[in-house]
Amino acid sequence: MEFLLFGQIVFYLAGAILPFILKDGGVINRWTHISAIAGGLIGVVYSLAVLVTGQGFSFAAPGLPFVGNLSLVVDPLSAFFIFVISFLSVPATIFAIRYIQEFQDKKRIAFLGFFYNLFILAMILVVCVHNAFYFLVFWEIMSLASYFLVVFEHEKIQARRAGIIYLVMTHIGTAFIAASFWLLAGHAGSFAFADFHLQAATLPPALKNAIFWTVLIGFGTKAGIIPLHIWLPEAHPQAPSHVSALMSGVMIKTAVYALIRFFLSFVGEVPLWWGVVILSLAIISAVLGILYALMERDLKRLLAFSSIENIGIILLGFGMTLIFVATDKPAYASFALIATLFHVLNHASFKGLLFLGAGAVLSKTHTGNAEELGGLIKRMPWTAVCFLTGAVAISALPPLNGFVSKWMIFCSLLSAHQSQELAVRFFTPILAALLGFAGALAATCFVKAFGICFLGEPRSEQARHAVEVSPSMQWAMGLLAGSCLGFALLAPWIVSILQKVSGTLIEADTPIPNFTFNGLFITLADFGQISPLVFGWMLSGAILILFAALAIFANRKVMLAPSWACGLPGLTARMQYTATGYSKPIRRIFSFLYQPTRQVELEDEGHEILRTAQRFESKTTHVFDEWIYRPLAKCMLFVSKKAKLMQTGHIQLYLSYIFITLIVLLVYWSRL
Amino acid sequence: MTKFLLLFFQWLLLVALAPSVSWFIKRMKAASQNRRGPTLVQVYADLIKLFPKEMVVSQTASWIFHVMPFILLASTFVVAALVPVLWTDSFLGFTGDIIVFVYLLGLGRFFLALAALDTGTTFGGMGSSREMALSSLGELALLLAFFSLGVYAHAFSFAGIMTHFAAHGPMEVLFFTNLAFGAILIVTLAETARIPVDNPATHLELTMIHEAMILEYSGKYLALIEWSHQIKQLVFLSLLANLFLPWGIFNVPTTTALGWSVLVYLVKIFFLAFVVGWIEIHSAKLRLFRVPDLFAIAFVLAILSLLGQLMFRG
Repeated sequence: MEFLLFGQIVFYLAGAILPFILKDGGVINRWTHISAIAGGLIGVVYSLAVLVTGQGFSFAAPGLPFVGNLSLVVDPLSAFFIFVISFLSVPATIFAIRYIQEFQDKKRIAFLGFFYNLFILAMILVVCVHNAFYFLVFWEIMSLASYFLVVFEHEKIQARRAGIIYLVMTHIGTAFIAASFWLLAGHAGSFAFADFHLQAATLPPALKNAIFWTVLIGFGTKAGIIPLHIWLPEAHPQAPSHVSALMSGVMIKTAVYALIRFFLSFVGEVPLWWGVVILSLAIISAVLGILYALMERDLKRLLAFSSIENIGIILLGFGMTLIFVATDKPAYASFALIATLFHVLNHASFKGLLFLGAGAVLSKTHTGNAEELGGLIKRMPWTAVCFLTGAVAISALPPLNGFVSKWMIFCSLLSAHQSQELAVRFFTPILAALLGFAGALAATCFVKAFGICFLGEPRSEQARHAVEVSPSMQWAMGLLAGSCLGFALLAPWIVSILQKVSGTLIEADTPIPNFTFNGLFITLADFGQISPLVFGWMLSGAILILFAALAIFANRKVMLAPSWACGLPGLTARMQYTATGYSKPIRRIFSFLYQPTRQVELEDEGHEILRTAQRFESKTTHVFDEWIYRPLAKCMLFVSKKAKLMQTGHIQLYLSYIFITLIVLLVYWSRL
Repeated sequence: MTKFLLLFFQWLLLVALAPSVSWFIKRMKAASQNRRGPTLVQVYADLIKLFPKEMVVSQTASWIFHVMPFILLASTFVVAALVPVLWTDSFLGFTGDIIVFVYLLGLGRFFLALAALDTGTTFGGMGSSREMALSSLGELALLLAFFSLGVYAHAFSFAGIMTHFAAHGPMEVLFFTNLAFGAILIVTLAETARIPVDNPATHLELTMIHEAMILEYSGKYLALIEWSHQIKQLVFLSLLANLFLPWGIFNVPTTTALGWSVLVYLVKIFFLAFVVGWIEIHSAKLRLFRVPDLFAIAFVLAILSLLGQLMFRG
């Protein structure tokens, strides 16, 4: 199967190189993307084969001296992530072909094609390379390629600003990751993951905790957990929409992959408080992420904040995995891990879908601002159906896929009620309730997103004249919408495959008592069972019966009339609720978090009733920006100003610095 | 087969009884205002008369407007099949639990809130925005109250919690569950659009939540929505009845037991309906932004309930 992996790599490399060979912009566009599609399809094929058979494969190329071989290992965990990346990259790339046609500029398209292919390739390699050095290299390529994709529209100041924030944050993250690898390699005496795993049991506790924090901060930055999230809502919306789909759908998941790999295979025994720390960060990310998403008017920024929420949900599952590992309940741990991985897959499908939907809206109306949209369901019917599917799935409503994985995460949280630790018993139900709260807020958020953008009357000329996107873009969205349903209906089968993945990481000698899954049901005794298929049938059956009954017995006459306007001449689009208005109750209830400010300025000419102008401004504050990052930035500026005193620009002074340093070192060493 | 028929019967009882609970509360309110109120036949006639009527649909409305009543009622039907009524088992008990219950209600609400935005009116937006914001808060308290019961009973399905409590003495059950009962009662008032959260009998824009969302509906769609609302109300009351007063539930399949079970169920339901009606008569509607305080009370009750379970149960 190695040749399939090579094939995939070759296609991505070809896709990256072709833009430099080909001449015409249209041709470049077609071929780089076809190459990426081919790569993605190959990835889907071999990763599925590995997942179904449970048999991985590996390959080692001789690498640089000192750092060891470049070993690529596709074990079930890697295969799962390769599947997720390849699977999402196919529709995203299909979408891209027509999406970027509007950028006629050949240089632009070549630039995009090069970094796009490189980006996907780096993600694939990150999740299957088993050597710390090359991992960092690929990680860096992934980060840089995505940086260039973020600043694709570099003439916009927001894109450049987002790019800088992203670049800084991702490198802070990389520094911590490098530190953690350095600590591990120092202990294991090699850069190979296999040696990390072998030496895991002998790690001293202090070193282990140091590794925990560096790993958490390093990968947490990429995952976008609060409070390390600030780059995410800036960077993701600035990239072209199909890239946003990949960044939100899979790039941040590579951090989840790394967390799983580190904590379940490199560090041996896990202390309980690690899980507690991860659970706390996770619930903060989940609830605050969605609360911030609710305040957004820009469709893509809203989706980016909701990615923070979903990372929180994923980490809730993973935190429970660690708790169960620490309390020596491997069976429950593997259930929690399955739930985590399933949510990773599901989030990739519906978040990818929603970003593509937002891209479709953006390409036809040239605005992502909800206040200027509306009524698109009649003008872009297929996009609306797909976006709605994504919205239902991300709100975790049955019978779509988001619900199944969320149900499993609920189960893992609640199954801790028999834990020996009182604190775990007390807090897990609260976490579960907060998870439900985040879910309810997500539903609010996506009612707002879909309702304001797609329903009602158009709020601007662009929205009024929008038309449906081209068939290939519709196909791309349809494919993902279908997968939202498909993953739900196939849930028991997917769970059985994911069990193989968790089996390689957690050795559970006994299966969870009363946890079973067959073709129809996922069952956890004491808890209940779910079968999305049965729910799907029940719901659609009930709908059909009702429909038939009404068609036969009820009056079928329908009179069309304007919406009721309280007897006034009529409604205008401006009388509708706005996105800002829609989230007003939430803004008011959680005002301690948002600290909203509003300013109304009225101008009049002498008479109070004859107003000539009105200005209204309303703002919410992001407390993390205000309280953590702004003071931090100020601090940095202050320190660098002080450091400037040392730098006079005179070479003699610098030489004397070197001289003094040498003397100090000499004195120090001679004393030893 | 008998089992299937029995389960079907209990589901049918639930959906058919739903309007009469609304009637009971209406009647109570009328009595408190020195009116006579509608007869029992009237509430059913009110629903049925809507079906032969011609519908008026907004020109702005899209297909969301047309599918919403079906999704709402269908999801409410499935929810009704999840709840134990006369029996410890329920029709869909084989595939349901607390979370499915909450999220199926969420599905109906999701489309209800969308359809409210679909007609492009201010009222719709207002109702939709308020409903979604308040129900998010309600969901937090509701889930936590359920989970605290689950922790106590070591089971997280309705049937599991119910059978656990049914096996214990009344004082013990009352002692351990009163806080959770308070929490779920508050959420019930909110979810069923009752005073002090919402006023089902008003069309004043400042007070409306539920009514504002369905303002554009008429004819058969309105009938479906109204009916599903009534079922939802009875579902919540049945939960309160069977989780917190879990006695007299039928567990051996004999006719006497069934008859007894129906009788006890009716007594419990109308007692709870009386409680809801009593609250409605004796309180004023809260200002919209005072309602979160009510949910805060529910949340605190649920947390205390959880703490209590852990302290006494260990």
